[in-house]
Amino acid sequence: MKNARKMSVLATAAIAVVALAGCAQGGSAGSGGDAGSGDKPYIAMISKGFQHQFWQAVKQGAEERAEELGVEITFEGPASETEVDAQLQMLQAAIDKSPDAIAYAALDPEACIPLIDAAGAAEIPVVQFDAGCDSDVPLSIAKTDSLGAGALAADHMAELIGEEGEVAIVGHSQINSTGVERRDGFVEQMEAEYPDIEIVDIQYGDGDHLKSADIAKAMIAAHPDLKGIYGTNEGSAVGVVNALTELGMNGDDLTVIGFDSGKAQMDAITNGLMAGAITQNPIGIGAETVQAAYDAINGDTPEEVIDTGYFFYDAENMKDEEIAAVLYE
Amino acid sequence: MTTSTPPTPTASAKNPEQINPPGGTERRPIGQVLRSQLQQSLAFATLVVLIIFFSISSSSFFTVSNISGILLSTAVIGILAVGTTFVIITGGIDLSIGTGMTLCAVMTGVFITDMGLPLVVGVIGGIATGALMGLINGLNITFLGLPPFIATLAMMLIAQGLALVISGVAPIYFAEQAFKDIALGTLIPGLPNAVLILFACAIVAYVVLSKTILGRYTFAIGSNEEATRLSGVNTRKWTILIYTVAGIFTGIAGVVIAARLGSAQPQLGTGYELQAIAAVIIGGTSLLGGRGSILGTLIGALIMSVLINGLRILSIQTEWQNVVVGIVILVAVFTDSLRRRREA
Repeated sequence: MKNARKMSVLATAAIAVVALAGCAQGGSAGSGGDAGSGDKPYIAMISKGFQHQFWQAVKQGAEERAEELGVEITFEGPASETEVDAQLQMLQAAIDKSPDAIAYAALDPEACIPLIDAAGAAEIPVVQFDAGCDSDVPLSIAKTDSLGAGALAADHMAELIGEEGEVAIVGHSQINSTGVERRDGFVEQMEAEYPDIEIVDIQYGDGDHLKSADIAKAMIAAHPDLKGIYGTNEGSAVGVVNALTELGMNGDDLTVIGFDSGKAQMDAITNGLMAGAITQNPIGIGAETVQAAYDAINGDTPEEVIDTGYFFYDAENMKDEEIAAVLYE
Repeated sequence: MTTSTPPTPTASAKNPEQINPPGGTERRPIGQVLRSQLQQSLAFATLVVLIIFFSISSSSFFTVSNISGILLSTAVIGILAVGTTFVIITGGIDLSIGTGMTLCAVMTGVFITDMGLPLVVGVIGGIATGALMGLINGLNITFLGLPPFIATLAMMLIAQGLALVISGVAPIYFAEQAFKDIALGTLIPGLPNAVLILFACAIVAYVVLSKTILGRYTFAIGSNEEATRLSGVNTRKWTILIYTVAGIFTGIAGVVIAARLGSAQPQLGTGYELQAIAAVIIGGTSLLGGRGSILGTLIGALIMSVLINGLRILSIQTEWQNVVVGIVILVAVFTDSLRRRREA
């Protein structure tokens, strides 16, 4: 009896799976532009993470645009930005669901190639956001020009310290592309444009507030003449600010340039502890990614690189409409 | 680890003989003290050598401000390590202390910022969260018979998930300066309160471990749990209590990190448990149980933070810092096992 029931459940499930697979196949292979009719198109978004507020803002932008376009999305990512393997499993699971499109932010540009190629072979359109995969399959990427953003941070740092003296960097990653490019953009700009500025130290705190604070304190101890520190993400930058507070210093003693927003960083800028920060447009990244995926589903070719922009903000322009729109608490 | 079989008649018959091992552990402290003192003196010598080395290498190292910075950076890991020393002496392990600490910080934020409760209530609530997690760990280990590694691994994931869910994946900020002063105020000029809390925790833990029955049973369970149980000690009860005590320290660490950052950061905490365990092991506490000390743990935690701070001062690349710390752990544990083999 029990076995018979089990068998029947299994059989029903098998039929359902086959039927669903058939539907999905029909959906992606059949006529593209049917967003309004029948089932909503489904876009699986695989992010680098979800815990960081930056990703929450990307998710928000994606959800808002999905609502407007009448598409369904899921947004997932690994618990930390070091879990390349966990992210690949999510990507595999997403491909297995045969979505109408996949939106992907690569934690590792190489490791993802086989899976992204497999998605291509299954004729699932792939769009990317934030960081790309070294494969020919993806149609587009919506991201910040991190090298340019790092260079902008360097320009403002140079201006604020009078174009001479020692500066240091508290980075958040020496591996992933945003960490590397925000650093390199800053370093290259300093070397090219400001010969009297010396970058005396670069260390990495994984974006951990506590670790970044301890690193900044060690830097300040080791380099008494240090004029500025650049923190390459929210955790790094807030860590540097915490170090200043703990040492009883303020923005007059040391110039701090941060990255991204978040309440602590915005407060530090308001209070004069931090000179300013670079902000990306995470909501825009989310929205443009969903838009690109939607276009791809409908047979249009999205732009290959969608630069969603970056800005420098400080206490002066923080309240400006253009800036306030891309900041998030 | 815990066998739940009730003592069979044969076991009861053996009882008179079996009393000896725990009796032995009661006498053993003299030998233990000597041995752990040797390990401590080794660890202490390492600490002194490191401090001398870095002081010579950089004039920026041995300054009041940097030493104060080192002590402050020891506080959170040190408090976690002190708590988890109890667990490791029983031969157990607690992987939930890192993310557990974060959950305690988040709960403190919920109580103080979201619910507007007084600071004292929030602090006690945060610590109680830690105690509750420790209690559940203890229950899972004793009554469900789960290995500590698995029980606390599960708790690590649960705490991480709950911290994110409860906080809504966003930091919770503390507006009141009085809360931040818990970590950064200076009752003693130049020395942040977080350091005083670390020392207070260490002193209390030292007294509990060396002067109370809880401490005695901690060693007894770690030396030979079965024998301890057969000699009439309710090892389940004491194991639960020991994990709860470790949980209380996790809660204190949660309050301290929240106070230091002025916010509860829900994504932090992963990896902190391994740093704390490393500090305990460097300090001479045996992962096999039955042997260890709070002073050793404190020295172990200081070795880690002096090492990391010194390497940062010397601008050694982050990648190499990890390599050096890893080697120090290897050497510490290796010399310890070498000595024990010689003694055996």
